[in-house]
Amino acid sequence: MRRALAPALLALAALSILIGGAFIGLGVEAARNPAGSFSAFDGYLLRVARFTLWQALLSTALSVVPAILVARAFSRYPSFVGRSLILRLFALPLALPAIVAALGVLSLLGRAGYVADALTSFAGVTWPGIYGLSGILVAHVFFNLPLATRLFLQALETVPSDQWRLASQLGMSAGPSFRLIEWPVLRSAFPGIAGLVFMLCVTSFTIVLTLGGGPSASTLEVGIYQALRFDFDPARAVALTLVQIGLTVVVVVLLALLGASMTGEAAPSVSRRRYLLPSTMETVVNAILILLAGVFVIGPLAAIVASGLQADLGRLATSAAVLRATATSLVLAVLSALLAVALSWSLAAGRRCLAVAGRNARPGLLERVMDGGAGLVLVVPPIVIGSGWFMLLRQSVDVLALAPVMVVAVNAAMAMPFAIRAIRPAYDAAGERHDRIAAQLGIQGWNRLRLIDWPAMRRPVLTALMFAMALSLGDLGVIALFGSDAVQTLPYLLLASMGSYRTADAAGIALLLGLVCLGLTLVADHLGKGSDHA
Amino acid sequence: MRMRTPFLALLAAAAFTVPAAAADKLTVYTYESFTAEWGPGPQVEKAFEAECACDLEFVAVADGVALLNRVKLEGQSTKADIVLGLDTNLTAEAKQTGLFAPHGTIGELNLPGGWKDDIFVPYDYGYFAVVYDTEKMKEPPKSLKELVDGDPEQKIVLQDPRTSTPGLGLVLWVKAVYGAQSAEAWKKLKNRVLTVTPGWSESYGLFTKGEAPMVLSYTTSPAYHMIAEKTEKYQAAPFAEGQYMQIEVAGVTVNGAKNPLSEKFMAFMTSTKFQEIIPETNWMLPAARVDKPLNPAFDKLVKPSNSLLLSPELVLQNRKAWVDEWLSVMSE
Repeated sequence: MRRALAPALLALAALSILIGGAFIGLGVEAARNPAGSFSAFDGYLLRVARFTLWQALLSTALSVVPAILVARAFSRYPSFVGRSLILRLFALPLALPAIVAALGVLSLLGRAGYVADALTSFAGVTWPGIYGLSGILVAHVFFNLPLATRLFLQALETVPSDQWRLASQLGMSAGPSFRLIEWPVLRSAFPGIAGLVFMLCVTSFTIVLTLGGGPSASTLEVGIYQALRFDFDPARAVALTLVQIGLTVVVVVLLALLGASMTGEAAPSVSRRRYLLPSTMETVVNAILILLAGVFVIGPLAAIVASGLQADLGRLATSAAVLRATATSLVLAVLSALLAVALSWSLAAGRRCLAVAGRNARPGLLERVMDGGAGLVLVVPPIVIGSGWFMLLRQSVDVLALAPVMVVAVNAAMAMPFAIRAIRPAYDAAGERHDRIAAQLGIQGWNRLRLIDWPAMRRPVLTALMFAMALSLGDLGVIALFGSDAVQTLPYLLLASMGSYRTADAAGIALLLGLVCLGLTLVADHLGKGSDHA
Repeated sequence: MRMRTPFLALLAAAAFTVPAAAADKLTVYTYESFTAEWGPGPQVEKAFEAECACDLEFVAVADGVALLNRVKLEGQSTKADIVLGLDTNLTAEAKQTGLFAPHGTIGELNLPGGWKDDIFVPYDYGYFAVVYDTEKMKEPPKSLKELVDGDPEQKIVLQDPRTSTPGLGLVLWVKAVYGAQSAEAWKKLKNRVLTVTPGWSESYGLFTKGEAPMVLSYTTSPAYHMIAEKTEKYQAAPFAEGQYMQIEVAGVTVNGAKNPLSEKFMAFMTSTKFQEIIPETNWMLPAARVDKPLNPAFDKLVKPSNSLLLSPELVLQNRKAWVDEWLSVMSE
């Protein structure tokens, strides 16, 4: 078992080098002029920190609580027409650059959106739009509700089918089965998922500024970006990043108190299907939930498709620049995703190894770091990692040549917290079920991976891959900094088009980006279904 | 296998040409929209390489501010011979770095208000303007005062001066017109502001989507819509006080001064060949003489009654205080 620790420690080391190197780079530069780190702490910082925290907490609550209900509704109906399509579409928001998503949400709820049109023509009132806190929340829920739903669903799928069979044999209705079977699983997944969503909202930047209605709606991330990109004040950037990390740690620790640790089912399941029949009342409620969530997510997506269709798609799809960018995006996304999954698997294995070793003790620091702690990489802004490494390396190597490596490394690190949420519950559940029998039969190493772990991990791994790819596809953070022509990706081209009046082209590229992402999820789903006979 | 011989030949040729190529290469740092497929970069490269029989290489970073930071970071070891794409709000700061060398002889300039600077040379200029949607707004503001005092229900989208050049431009514009009363002006204008976006593209995206009838942009914006989209729907509003100016410049680095191609490029930059490329690729006005008349759409653009521009030194001294003032009024 101890052997599982080595890859996990290696993964942690890689993450520490990535983050640590950046801080050293910035720190050396900051030490030359440390004044900025003190001047960062003023009244404005306090206001911004308060707003950052407030909007992130609200966004998290509004995304995660409904996601629990929606995920449960989905898990009750393992097959209905359109189910897999809706779930695939749920991976899309993550792949969209923030401004595209914001424009999509505004197509529905903006001052010139469908709701505004409807209100004006039917009721004669002018819709003021959603600028302000409400706009920020709507856009964040659009991004995170589908993500959280998918992750909770993933957790629910780890419930052994034997439990469901037992529940149905005992004639359990929705209430008790939720309390006894689903809630414990959801609750143990809750801190991780809520923490992930919180981190995404804390670091939000374009959405907060664009939909927030003015600079009173601002986040620490904006300050970090400003300090590095515009004022060139590394000391201030480091100080603000540390504040951001500190706030997040507090929230993540508090969230952990709300969770519960789960002891998985030790016996392998023998039954395959579920037998629970929901009551009519419940069916109606679930259908409404799925419908509402579907409309909320698919509405803006449909608007993005509609404006994308107005672009000259034939020309775009055959333009050399778009094709090159598509290829670059695909290669970078696949590489980052594979790296992210490898890191996450190592960490999940290492954490479980520690948890098993100290079964009844409280989880130690290392174990915690291997679980949620590594996720904190999400609140270190990519621009901080990028600039830090830039400063560290600029004397010795050609920084531009390193751009693709940096993009893959940073994207993988950023995608890892998503991947770990998909992989960890399944890994632990599979471990509980198979560890003993595998030990008894003396199956280990490659054989264990191939015969026992892989069949159980196939679906979660592919879900993790899918999220990691979607995230990397939409990412711009590091690329924008290195600004190298070597890594022109689709989102880069999209923003470049938007930045030079080519709004229609940008809409077209957004559509292509969505299609590429959907294509990748189709491939991932297809591969994931491959071996259900296992 | 067919590949092998030419490949080897190429390799051999490359081995021999490396020293020569290193001497005949000019590296120009610029911003991304300059080197975009549709930007001036590709045409400029072709035209200059034909003239100099050398290799012109562009290295692009996000924008003018990132450009200056990049050069500061690289310091004395910078590979840039020329830095192209700073504006007059950045030149004073750029000079303080001591990384730039005086320019040599350049062609005759054609710039409202003239040009005096021994280091930086302008290659184009433009004016900030409130661009409005003629279908939604029949009576656009005729002055900055009318914009400030107008109907708060008619919204405008602005950019954040902390992260965007036009955003900073408006702060300076208000300063140039209102002076010490700027804070009061912003207090009134605030009610008309729909939202403040991090960059120009987000706000222009909101504007063309119909979210607001006005946006802060350039007097040249309507030219793009007239030429590329054949529509006169979007127009710039001329302001009685005048329009605030943006002048884009290039400078030779201390390293670049040793490369004879640098001086050639600076002269080329103010020649008609370069200048004629600018209007319809960078959507700015040429800073020197052009022989070919501009596209007629440019004749329809707003001709400012007055060009407003604060000196680079004044901007350098006060930028932080003015942006902080903006921030405290706008985030109340």
